[in-house]
Amino acid sequence: MASAYTPGLKVTRSTRIRKIRRLPLLGDVLVEKGARVEAHDLVAKTMLPGEPTTLNIAQRFNYDVSMREEIERLKELMLVKEGDSIEEGQLIAEKPGFLGLTMFATKVTSPVSGVIDVLSDITGQLIIRKPPVPIEMEAYIPGKVVEVIPEEGVIIETQAALVQGIFGVGGERYGEIKVVVNSPRDVLTAEQIDSSCKDKIVVGGSLVTLDALHKAGEVGATGVVAGGIVDTDLIEYLGYDIGVAITGTEDIPITVVLTEGFGEIRMAEKTFSMLNELNGKMASINGATQIRAGVMRPELIVENPGEEVVEDNQIDANGMGEGTLIRIIRAPYFGKIATVESLPPELQAVESETMVRVLFAKLEDGTVVRVPRANVELIEE
Amino acid sequence: MAKEESQLSIDPKKVKTILATDCGSTTTKAILIEELDGEYRLSKRGEAPTTVEAPFEDVTMGVRNAITEIMELKNQDMEDASKHVNYLDEGGVITTSRYPDREETRGVDLYVSTSSAGGGLQMMVSGVVKSMTAESAERAALGAGAIVMDVIAQNDGREDYVKIQRIRELRPDMILLSGGIDGGTTVHVAELAEMIAAAAPKPRLGIGYRLPIIFAGNKDARPLVERILGEQTDLRIVDNLRPVLERENLGPARDEIHNLFMEHVMAQAPGYNKLMDWADAPIMPTPGAVGKLIEETAREQDITIVGVDIGGATTDVFSVFADTFNRTVSANLGMSYSICNVLNETGVENILRWVPLQIEIFELRNRIRNKMIRPTTIPQSLQDLVIEQAIAREALRLAFEHHKTLAVGLKGVQQVRDVAETFSQSGSGATLVDLMELDMIIGSGGVLSHAPRRVQSVMMMLDAFQPEGVTKLTVDSIFMMPQLGVLSEVHPKAATQVFDRDCLIRLGTAVSPVQATNSKVKPGDPCVTVNMVRDDGTTDSVEVPFGSIAKMELKVGHTATLEISPRRGFDVGAGSGHKVEVEAEGGLEGIVVDARGRNPMYLPTDQTERVEKLMEWIEAMETYPIETLKAYLE
Repeated sequence: MASAYTPGLKVTRSTRIRKIRRLPLLGDVLVEKGARVEAHDLVAKTMLPGEPTTLNIAQRFNYDVSMREEIERLKELMLVKEGDSIEEGQLIAEKPGFLGLTMFATKVTSPVSGVIDVLSDITGQLIIRKPPVPIEMEAYIPGKVVEVIPEEGVIIETQAALVQGIFGVGGERYGEIKVVVNSPRDVLTAEQIDSSCKDKIVVGGSLVTLDALHKAGEVGATGVVAGGIVDTDLIEYLGYDIGVAITGTEDIPITVVLTEGFGEIRMAEKTFSMLNELNGKMASINGATQIRAGVMRPELIVENPGEEVVEDNQIDANGMGEGTLIRIIRAPYFGKIATVESLPPELQAVESETMVRVLFAKLEDGTVVRVPRANVELIEE
Repeated sequence: MAKEESQLSIDPKKVKTILATDCGSTTTKAILIEELDGEYRLSKRGEAPTTVEAPFEDVTMGVRNAITEIMELKNQDMEDASKHVNYLDEGGVITTSRYPDREETRGVDLYVSTSSAGGGLQMMVSGVVKSMTAESAERAALGAGAIVMDVIAQNDGREDYVKIQRIRELRPDMILLSGGIDGGTTVHVAELAEMIAAAAPKPRLGIGYRLPIIFAGNKDARPLVERILGEQTDLRIVDNLRPVLERENLGPARDEIHNLFMEHVMAQAPGYNKLMDWADAPIMPTPGAVGKLIEETAREQDITIVGVDIGGATTDVFSVFADTFNRTVSANLGMSYSICNVLNETGVENILRWVPLQIEIFELRNRIRNKMIRPTTIPQSLQDLVIEQAIAREALRLAFEHHKTLAVGLKGVQQVRDVAETFSQSGSGATLVDLMELDMIIGSGGVLSHAPRRVQSVMMMLDAFQPEGVTKLTVDSIFMMPQLGVLSEVHPKAATQVFDRDCLIRLGTAVSPVQATNSKVKPGDPCVTVNMVRDDGTTDSVEVPFGSIAKMELKVGHTATLEISPRRGFDVGAGSGHKVEVEAEGGLEGIVVDARGRNPMYLPTDQTERVEKLMEWIEAMETYPIETLKAYLE
């Protein structure tokens, strides 16, 4: 059966990370296999064909395109030919007026600058293409190019510390980590953010306030990492509501990574202490989250070449036992930290009368509660 | 339905064991069907996480895991180890087509599969007139099981450059281009084709591949479309989906969509080439298979059906009215990934109107968001369950509203109408969904199929769909409609038998009177009397006032004659105050007499009154453990 509970997000001091950097359409790869790249290095680029604009010349001249000879006549009125570069406002076709007088002529000028792509002899439509748009792909993480996918991109590998968040907004950025709170319980407020946070990834504790997000943007910070956020604050900050859990393309000045969820939730001890250790180091940050198939979580990556690689230390399905540290991730104990007391194998009914596999969890105040196994997350400390 | 039987390498009559899988976006579900005493029955089921994404990137791993679970369960039942079964070898699922002389314990006779993994089938459709060919094209794509990313039409109100930009942004799996009745406009079709050619959209999967485009428009425009798109794209030409204004012909376009789904989309997805090899029938998109099953059921039993599948990300609605099948997908209404969108679209108030408990709005909002980012959690508290089911009501209601707007008669058609039709405004462009004519609702998806009490599914469906008159209510027990849908292509008998006996759970029959428009009826006024004579001769009778709901016992497998007498001003199908006599089927919740009214359903706006009423209904129907609920209220 599928594992009955949510495996914890990865928070590790050293792991091997591979990133596929792929262009959206075929292009040129700019680096070779084995090359060392930095976060802002270009690894591939391509030209997105210019945006086409249509202009129905036949309609302008009132020609009937179902008649071949009218199409032929239309061609004679064109002052430009396929492949010609043109400027916005340039005269591109002209039909002499009454008695061939220029003053009564019907004139067509180009609405955009670009290149004449094609004049359709089926519809009398002229397609003008704007100049191509370059697309450049950065490495995003510093590391080594371990594979080149010809014409598409590269795979970069690095040894790094990795913090996966639960939810984020904003895309790929790179900056220095700056922890501005003293404890994982502290709320990150605007007062803690000043001009020294410029280009930095600001780390808070249990919550980031709306004012703090605005202030971070104002001082030119790169990103914000915190335990939680109040749902309505996020909506106000973005200016719209996120309906579906697919993010990463928001037009905002900072990238935000939440490590725990919505509401004020203490950041996990391990995450906080690790971010403290990484204070002052350069990190790649990405808020992109996609919870549907594929599960993409937001991340913070800090290259860590000196450290030995600890292979996959995620706790697996068999790893949960008596004493395992967990976080409860659904009401009525949402956000509480606990240790596993026992794991009865049989299905049991909880208050909602749902029959589920449960565990008994000892909360920090000593009370023991029954919780569906699906509603806990493992914490690695 | 029987068309494919001859394509099987095995005589359908000799088929004793069948494996069927559905590779969903998160879970791969397998079922084992066996013939016992001349009857096909569900024998075992298994599931495993889908393995389309990294690090596995091979869908067949999940399929193997799900089938392995079935094997383990099957072998657990068998003490004699020599009878232990094995359905897999290195070449995949062991089937009779690969091993005609296989031993009985080794492999199965038939293997089929559906898939919606990797985001399902995503399409863009295009037509000349938005309300005509473009709408027909949209129906064809939806019916084939696709998610329609956008509908581009000549007259959709957007500037050409906006449309071109949109086409460039989208990365569909394929495009369906239609336009013009046969003999009609060719120029407008050519313009659309040129627009697509200029935008040069790229397929979602397979970076270097040519985008598949199906042209199903005016046959006179074929050479033009061929000239414009032939070289640049993988162009397929099929019969016009709207050959004349009065008729749709969606079959050829749908079939070609399925072909391309196999050839392109599936072939690009990791591991699917293997899976296609294993299967004895083409792999179908999951919703396409569900639709097929619903369509067949409606046809065979000569009934009207509304089916719904509410998932984590999307909600599909299927309907068959007036012999016309329709499917819609609300791509952003669901119970986990898209749950926040339900909140956005309907608003907090609409969700809370179904909840008799007090909860702070900010608390509710944070809870819903946390469910979105941790989709696999389960409601532990009763409060959480009540909230989740309230959200489900709204998701279902919105998806059904959406469905009604697309499941319509053909627009732009001049119809000869009689006087009655003119008054009921049926005909051109009116919705085909007629709740009074609706015979059966089939619900599926976790929140409906796995509700702790079955009556909760009854109430969710009644509140969301508000059926009128007499309607049978069912749920899909473990969501095996996709597997049965694809099976029905090659072995209709097995599919029908398992659907009837193991898949459908009969919840009961609802009797719902509708009050007259502008009715002044008040809660407590007399509304309806139902007299029941069961097939075993026992009788029962209930009188339900307006604004209340009641149930009468009628067990699964039993039938009863219902004499339904609505008061004047109420209609149960025969007109105001007219008595109706029907043969009703029993179910886990028996006969539900829903006298809460329709258009609108009675729901007090005053908070205290509303909570009282909700509690009254909950108590009458035993929807939730009432004592626990009362404790919350105190």
